Amino acid sequence: MATDDRPGAGTTPALARLAGPLAALADNAAARRAGIVALLALMVVAPFVFGEYATVILTNALLYVVLALGLNVVVGYAGLLDLGYAAFFAVGAYTVGILTLRVGVNFWLTLPVAVCTAALAGVIIGGPTLRLRSDYLAIVTLGFGEIVRISARNMSITGMASGLSGIHQPWLFGWHIATPRDFYYLFCVLAILAVAVSVRLADSRLGRAWLYVRYDEDAAEAMGIDRVRVKLAAYVTGAIFGALGGVFFAVNLGAISPESFSFTQSVLILMAVILGGMGKIPGVILGAMIVILGPELLRSLGELRLLVFAVGLLLIMLFRPSGIWPGRGRQQ
Amino acid sequence: MSGALLQLTGVGLAFAGNRVLDEVDFAVPERGIVSLIGPNGAGKTSLFNCITGFYRPHVGAITFGGHDLRRLKPHRITAAGIARTFQNLRLFREMSVPENVMSGMHCRTHAGAFGAIFRPPRQRAEEAEIRATAAECLRFVDIAGDWNRVATTLPYGHQRRVEIARALATRPRLLLLDEPAAGLHGGEKQELIALINRIRDERGIAVLLIEHDTGLVMKVSERISVLDHGVMIAEGTAKEIQANPRVIEAYLGQEDAGADLEL
Ligand SMILES: Nc1ncnc2c1ncn2[C@@H]1O[C@H](COP(=O)(O)OP(=O)(O)O)[C@@H](O)[C@H]1O
Ligand SMILES: [Mg+2]
Repeated sequence: MATDDRPGAGTTPALARLAGPLAALADNAAARRAGIVALLALMVVAPFVFGEYATVILTNALLYVVLALGLNVVVGYAGLLDLGYAAFFAVGAYTVGILTLRVGVNFWLTLPVAVCTAALAGVIIGGPTLRLRSDYLAIVTLGFGEIVRISARNMSITGMASGLSGIHQPWLFGWHIATPRDFYYLFCVLAILAVAVSVRLADSRLGRAWLYVRYDEDAAEAMGIDRVRVKLAAYVTGAIFGALGGVFFAVNLGAISPESFSFTQSVLILMAVILGGMGKIPGVILGAMIVILGPELLRSLGELRLLVFAVGLLLIMLFRPSGIWPGRGRQQ
Repeated sequence: MSGALLQLTGVGLAFAGNRVLDEVDFAVPERGIVSLIGPNGAGKTSLFNCITGFYRPHVGAITFGGHDLRRLKPHRITAAGIARTFQNLRLFREMSVPENVMSGMHCRTHAGAFGAIFRPPRQRAEEAEIRATAAECLRFVDIAGDWNRVATTLPYGHQRRVEIARALATRPRLLLLDEPAAGLHGGEKQELIALINRIRDERGIAVLLIEHDTGLVMKVSERISVLDHGVMIAEGTAKEIQANPRVIEAYLGQEDAGADLEL
């Protein structure tokens, strides 16, 4: 009894068969270690193999890995629908822009400020909203995302519609992070840190509490878990990931404008999380890669590429509603 | 009854004018095994929900170990020492058996995001304690093997016991069991009786039981209370309850219950 009510169990013959070996690979510790080493080696040589254009695209993909892993804490682990995640991304980016350009603060000192600002914003938005037992969060975060973007458009300190430009490239212990390749490696480090943090969070008291609350709020409360506090922790953690992504996004491009933080941006990040199978770290990484690299790989199709990409996404959602990465619970 | 562990006085609850509990007085003594019986819809589960903070009674007092529970949220009540199981299984799906039981230790531990990311010795010790407690509670309810399975794929009787283990992991002083024998077969019911006695005898935990299997209730309880249409109509030992004319009348109102009352 109660074994077959899992959504998506036994739906997709063809893709499930494909996922079988993938799951076996992910289960085998030695194979997994070998896979990780191969992946790291690929990351190191990629700029030399694929050239500068690809390096820039891959850097962008790595940024999305960081953002998607952050949103994954909120949506995937804690089960909260956040439709305005780009707002935290904007908070990070504008903190760097304003503090380095208008106040003259060293780039690295803006990091803690961005983290604190995002955390504070997270508490202000999440604190009252997460008390409510429904999907208010989706509406409130949607509104918050738009308010942040519109504010940025209309305030002189954020440079109005044209945004801020001329953000300086940072130095790190005598290394001037300046070329696309420099930024690529910087984002490699960020993405690896984001993965490590995600893995550790998932395997912890707090990470389990997120899942308890996501699966059954009442039972979680009956087990002594403060659901509001635990959800707020997820929301703020996600906010900090987003802000850090924004900080490095700003120095990478050197210029930011309100349109980088639109609703479409939030949806794109959310899509990476859902595509990957909420809560599954390798899946979310893959999701972020698909969302960014997909349209690039289809570039030869010209005008049709976005259509083909959209249809591809739809097919994946249709045939693997719980994400491309095989889930737990296959052990019957 | 002023020395009782749990004390309800004049508790009343209504939904949209529909009275579910009416001036209920009720107590569970320290280390007692008490049962709450009554026809379907009598308000037994609602009473549990009042005690555990899921429902707010409109009138009346609820104290636990002398402390007022009424304004506390459910998670605070659990932390104060009351654990519960649910009438319908409420295990965390897609999570393993030990992961389910570890949820009980949440209110006894403290590590947050910082601890999770940086893993200081304190956090590691706490994590080890969580796992050890979960393992110990699973052994206590006699779930061996199967540990890496998703909890909701276990046989039904085992799932019930995992729920009890999960409640025990909160280190309660009072355990509320909502129809724990529902869906169990004869042998499993005997094991449940033994388990309830061990919970009290070996751990000193008081047990409050809602149960429809009157035979089981008569065997395991020291005191029995009978709820009917939100009113507490009788309280006493198994013998006293079986002889009580109001109880017999309440049960005769139900189609199948006449025979239920016999041992
Ligand atoms: N959340 C609720 N909203 C409205 N009515 C409720 C609610 N909870 C319980 N009731 C009503 O209270 C009565 C008692 O229910 P319950 O406590 O589940 O009975 P029992 O557990 O004794 O079978 C029922 O008539 C039920 O419909
Ligand atoms: Mg009930």
